[in-house]
Amino acid sequence: MIIKPSDIENKEIETIYHPQKGEQGAVINIDTFSLFYGKSQALFDTTMDVEKGLVTAIIGPSGCGKSTLLKSLNRMNDLIDNISINGKIRFEGKNIFDRDTDVINLRKQMGMVFQKPNPFPMSIADNVTYPLKIDGIRGKNVLSETCERSLKRTALWGEVKDRLNDSALRLSGGQQQRLCIARAIAADPEVLLMDEPCSALDPMATIKIEDLIKELRGKYTIIIVTHNMQQAARVSDNTAFMYIGRIIEYGKTDIIFTKPKSMKTQDYVTGRFG
Amino acid sequence: MNSLKLTQKPPGNVFTGSKGINLDSKGEKYLWSMGGALIIGLIMIAAFLLLILVNGLKTFYPGPVHRVTLTDNKVIAGEPFRREKISQDQTLETSRKDTCSARRTLYKTGNFDLYNKDFRWVDEQDIKQISEPKDIFYIERTEWGPFIGYIHELNLNHETFSFSWERLSQLKKEHKAAQARRNILEDLKKKEMGSINHELDNLRLSLKRVELDHGKDSARYKTTLDSFSAKRKKLEENYSEIADKIEILIKKDAEYSVVLKDISGIEKRVNISDIIRFYPANNLTLSQKAGIYISRWIEFLTAEPREANIEGGVMPAIFGTFAMTLLMVIIVAPLGVMASLFLKEYAKQGKLVSMVRVCVNNLAGVPSIVYGAFGLGFFAYCVGTTVDRIFFPEYLPNPVYGTGGILWAALTLALLTLPVVIVATEEALAAVPQSLREGSLACGASKWQTIKNIVLPNALPGIMTGLILAMARGAGEVAPLMLVGVVKLAPELPVDTIFPFIHPERSFMHLGFHIFDVGFQSRNAEAGKPMVFVTTLLLISLIGLMNAFAIHIRSRMKKKYSAGQ
Repeated sequence: MIIKPSDIENKEIETIYHPQKGEQGAVINIDTFSLFYGKSQALFDTTMDVEKGLVTAIIGPSGCGKSTLLKSLNRMNDLIDNISINGKIRFEGKNIFDRDTDVINLRKQMGMVFQKPNPFPMSIADNVTYPLKIDGIRGKNVLSETCERSLKRTALWGEVKDRLNDSALRLSGGQQQRLCIARAIAADPEVLLMDEPCSALDPMATIKIEDLIKELRGKYTIIIVTHNMQQAARVSDNTAFMYIGRIIEYGKTDIIFTKPKSMKTQDYVTGRFG
Repeated sequence: MNSLKLTQKPPGNVFTGSKGINLDSKGEKYLWSMGGALIIGLIMIAAFLLLILVNGLKTFYPGPVHRVTLTDNKVIAGEPFRREKISQDQTLETSRKDTCSARRTLYKTGNFDLYNKDFRWVDEQDIKQISEPKDIFYIERTEWGPFIGYIHELNLNHETFSFSWERLSQLKKEHKAAQARRNILEDLKKKEMGSINHELDNLRLSLKRVELDHGKDSARYKTTLDSFSAKRKKLEENYSEIADKIEILIKKDAEYSVVLKDISGIEKRVNISDIIRFYPANNLTLSQKAGIYISRWIEFLTAEPREANIEGGVMPAIFGTFAMTLLMVIIVAPLGVMASLFLKEYAKQGKLVSMVRVCVNNLAGVPSIVYGAFGLGFFAYCVGTTVDRIFFPEYLPNPVYGTGGILWAALTLALLTLPVVIVATEEALAAVPQSLREGSLACGASKWQTIKNIVLPNALPGIMTGLILAMARGAGEVAPLMLVGVVKLAPELPVDTIFPFIHPERSFMHLGFHIFDVGFQSRNAEAGKPMVFVTTLLLISLIGLMNAFAIHIRSRMKKKYSAGQ
């Protein structure tokens, strides 16, 4: 039973919310947020709260808008021409689309990891300390301490501690991605955004990244976009299922995967489409 | 790759018959034409380089001097220069109709002061006998070109000796001493007198400046005038001292001379100090020839030109070409890179930007002489005269910046090469992966920080490629330079020891223009021709050298910013 886009195109879809833990409260509130590329709408009135300190997964088939939603959180979508938005996204209670928002500062509070590892063509140490260096921090001790701490947190320290001045491009794909995570957390952000961080990696490297996500849980609020349902089930506390620009269902991961209320969610998580 | 495979015969390949490979059957009907086109191009380049190389390298090699007896018993002496078939028309002209295989030889006879020409065509039918006498000398002089003939007498310090081979070493010694005297004389004339003239000029100008600022009746003018007169008096005393020294040297020079005799016996007295180099052309060992060859090259590379540029060296032209190209790169690099950064990174990509881009591309196709006209009209006449009016009013009516100069030439060429740099830089910027920019921005870097730390370092090798192209084009350009500051003979280099050491307003010499001048503007095209080849060789080598240096820097950058560190 496959749902075609036309089935829901003209119908109002109510997002189904399940009760969540909510111990520490939400750090990001997405509030009826819509986004348009020129005239075509990519996100339709998405609303969800991201809980602090937990891992939130966003799943859904290709092109459903999950990456768009993620990139809206640190306003990376600003780079694309012809974008218009509607609604609000609040980070720590403040709408990030307010005129007085410091985008640079916002991005510093939200580290981001991309689909393909994108280490800069410089040394490993320079890669990790890049966020600090652009802030004008030059102290050798501070830089090397940060470098060591970040690399230790991403379990890369043991592998690279003897060649910190080697080019980062010489690392393997999985190491490069962990280096990118180390770079993302070097400036100690509040939130870590991950855009399909394992899609370009082999299974062994994927396991390492997943272990790392579990390690980092609690220290940072992590939002991970993935098309790999098993991965979402393994690493996340909460899961949102998106489909053609809408959040269909959002709740605790085990509920989404075992007792979803929506037919579409069930079809997707059981592998009938996507 | 494909052609490589095709040349190897795979054993027992079912697709190839016993007679090689049928290109048609592989669907590569036109491979021969593409390969052929490449080969034609390569042959042309190789032939061109070979022509320049051979002609350029052989020019300074000392050839033999022939004594030619003609059928009418006249005798001439000269270095055989070129041989050619006489065409039908030329034989008709000389009212001779015998054979088509008639040849004639061009002899470099020298002795321009005696014969009023340097070269002479001799038909081979007219030649009775050719010999190579051992005692004929080839003598290069500072004036009137070379002398070919015998050394008859030596006048050394009021004593006269008739020349014999035993005296040759004595003459060589005297020649060395005379050359040392000539160098001192040149120094006195150029440096000492030059600097006194310069100081006098400065004094006069500063006086005029005071007059312009304060008026002729002001007290300040009067005090300046007094000190001016005192200083001038002192300088003039110095000047006459130097003039005395020069006179003594010239007198001494005149006491050391040789009497030369040409082949037909006409005598000519020449001061030894006016001789650059002399050698018995038919009595040289190979190592002596090599020595002359090398010393001519050294003179060519380090000395200033003589005799309307067709003799002597091209050092000022080498320096001018190099300095102008360097200045051009210094100007065009930041300008082009910044312009393309704005176009590519900051400007909103739309109709306007693509229109600008089309215009920039088209600018690369504008004839260079147009840039020359613009440079003259805008930089020299418009900007230059304004600068003169504001900063150098005391020089008027003589222009300082209001005429062609190395700065304006470099600016004009920078403008000319700007499109090349912009296009190349834009391509280099576009080649920087978007993921790197995103990574940097996501780290909280601003756009400028991203450009500075990530985009520019990664694009640098590509930008360097653009600069290399611009440099090659700029260094070889002549037409616009003729309008904005290149001269046939520049009295002073743009960089010297006189304060403020760098003089961007001065006109300069350029190898490209030197080629044109020597080849087509000199009194004797035949005499200039070897210099054309040598100078061309030099210009090509200079551009090649500068490019090689830039490529070296680029490959180092590539290594630095890519995987292998």
